[in-house]
Amino acid sequence: MNSLEVKGLTKRFAGLVAVDDVSFDVAQGSITALSGPNGAGKTTCFNMIAGATAASAGRVSFEGRDITGHAPETLCRMGIARTFQIVRPLTGMSVLDNAVVGALLRTGSVAEARADAIGLLDRVGLAAKANQLASSLTLPDRKMLELAKALSTRPRLLLLDEVMAGLRPTEGDRIVDVLRRLNRDGMTILLIEHVMRIVMSLAQRVVVLHHGAKIADGTPAGVVADPRVLESYLGRKAVRA
Amino acid sequence: MSAVLQRRQMMAAGLLTMVLLALPLVVTDFHLSVLGLIFLHAIVGIAWNLMMGFAGQLSLGHALYFGIGAYIVAVLSERFGVSPWLGMVPAFVVPALLGVAIGALGFRFSVRGVYFALLTIAFAEFARILFEHWDYVGKTSGYFFAALTPRNRPLVSLRGGAMFFYYALLVTMIAAWLVSTLMVNSRVGYFWRAIREDEDAARALGVQALRMKLLAVAVSGGITGVAGGWFALVNGSLFPDSVLGMRVSIDFIVAPIVGGLGTLFGPILGAFIIVPLNELSRDLSQSSGINGLNLLIYGALLMVIVVFAPQGCWPSIAKRLGLAQTGEADRE
Repeated sequence: MNSLEVKGLTKRFAGLVAVDDVSFDVAQGSITALSGPNGAGKTTCFNMIAGATAASAGRVSFEGRDITGHAPETLCRMGIARTFQIVRPLTGMSVLDNAVVGALLRTGSVAEARADAIGLLDRVGLAAKANQLASSLTLPDRKMLELAKALSTRPRLLLLDEVMAGLRPTEGDRIVDVLRRLNRDGMTILLIEHVMRIVMSLAQRVVVLHHGAKIADGTPAGVVADPRVLESYLGRKAVRA
Repeated sequence: MSAVLQRRQMMAAGLLTMVLLALPLVVTDFHLSVLGLIFLHAIVGIAWNLMMGFAGQLSLGHALYFGIGAYIVAVLSERFGVSPWLGMVPAFVVPALLGVAIGALGFRFSVRGVYFALLTIAFAEFARILFEHWDYVGKTSGYFFAALTPRNRPLVSLRGGAMFFYYALLVTMIAAWLVSTLMVNSRVGYFWRAIREDEDAARALGVQALRMKLLAVAVSGGITGVAGGWFALVNGSLFPDSVLGMRVSIDFIVAPIVGGLGTLFGPILGAFIIVPLNELSRDLSQSSGINGLNLLIYGALLMVIVVFAPQGCWPSIAKRLGLAQTGEADRE
């Protein structure tokens, strides 16, 4: 069964087609990567799925229900959580309170939400910093907090927009570990990532966009062997040589 | 927040309440009326702070809610003989609904930040101009309560001497403080602060931002309306400019800013600083015969406070009194 189905998703800006008739599925329990070189339309595609941008055409459905054009808060309530590429911590609040907000979506009791949030921070390794202001965190910790915020809403589908961007490989591995564990426990994940090393190590399925259109869709090994994918990343000349 | 800290805060609040309850035994009527004015500023400050300090929505038009609340209590009581006890209900409900209407208009069309503030000014000014040309409420020459008769019973008419208003405003202030404390520490309070920090990030966490912002304006407007109602009863006369004017809106936001935005006790502390400061500087100006000296002093002192305590006075005082964790993350 598919968690997410994207059909003919299109976004036109004046005179420019940023995303052109893209269709793909995200299987329940899978880690699927949406990849492609810079400017391929990944983030636009992601934003349409997450309800942050309106689609010009096409449909998105989640667990069989049409969610095209739903507001972000509605999607979150339905069980889809997202992270932002440029992290958006609630800077004037403590790390713990950042996670409490999302936890309050599932319970009306602040005490219960705090307990949930503490457990969650423990799992992502931020428990020791729970009482610090979110603005005091380093970038790797902020990335982790971004993930923790999304998880605090207890999603069934996690949309991740370049969570590893700007991190050193060792720091990225910390997040990769957490994502693997989440996935093992049943979380479906759709991640946008152009770093092939991460895509290869994490995703079971890869969808590649180029100039807004889908050019490949398959297993990581199959996709990187695809000449069109190589071309999009390296250019035609480099591939021929 | 630790349980020990919470207990200490409750004890401090209890202690302050006891002192304020006993104060009329030792001070003069003049001081009581100044204290009443302090409470009035604190009530509106608490209300405004819910919107600005917690939900992050700047209103520069709170005079609208204040003035409407004032005129409602006055007109119902003088023209229709409705007890102010009952009059306080529409004095809360009507401003709350007005707030929702303005909020809905602004938030629905994503009028954010400064532009929303401009919208609030526009509505307040609109109301002022309307009242200045409306015969029914006496236009610019004002609306007056009948003089009190010797048979007046304060608990019925809600009008009386300095002592009566002192207690009435004290009780209202405590009620407003309790409402704000309960809301801020509840789920709603977390959602408000998330919106204040980053509305889009909050929505991505499932926060129904529109609904939460409307709730903030409604509660804020309602409490301000009740404060306006009390102002009408205290003053006995109302003029559009003195309850609906731009100056009123600005006057009311100084206390919570000086006391500490987004803190529960800040607006009360701010009122205790600002109102006496205003009174003293006016005295000084009158006795020295230099017109406008009071505004000069008031402005200079405000600048001193803003420069030396840009977060407001309460956060640093709270830490010193052991009523906040040192290095506490939250702005409470």
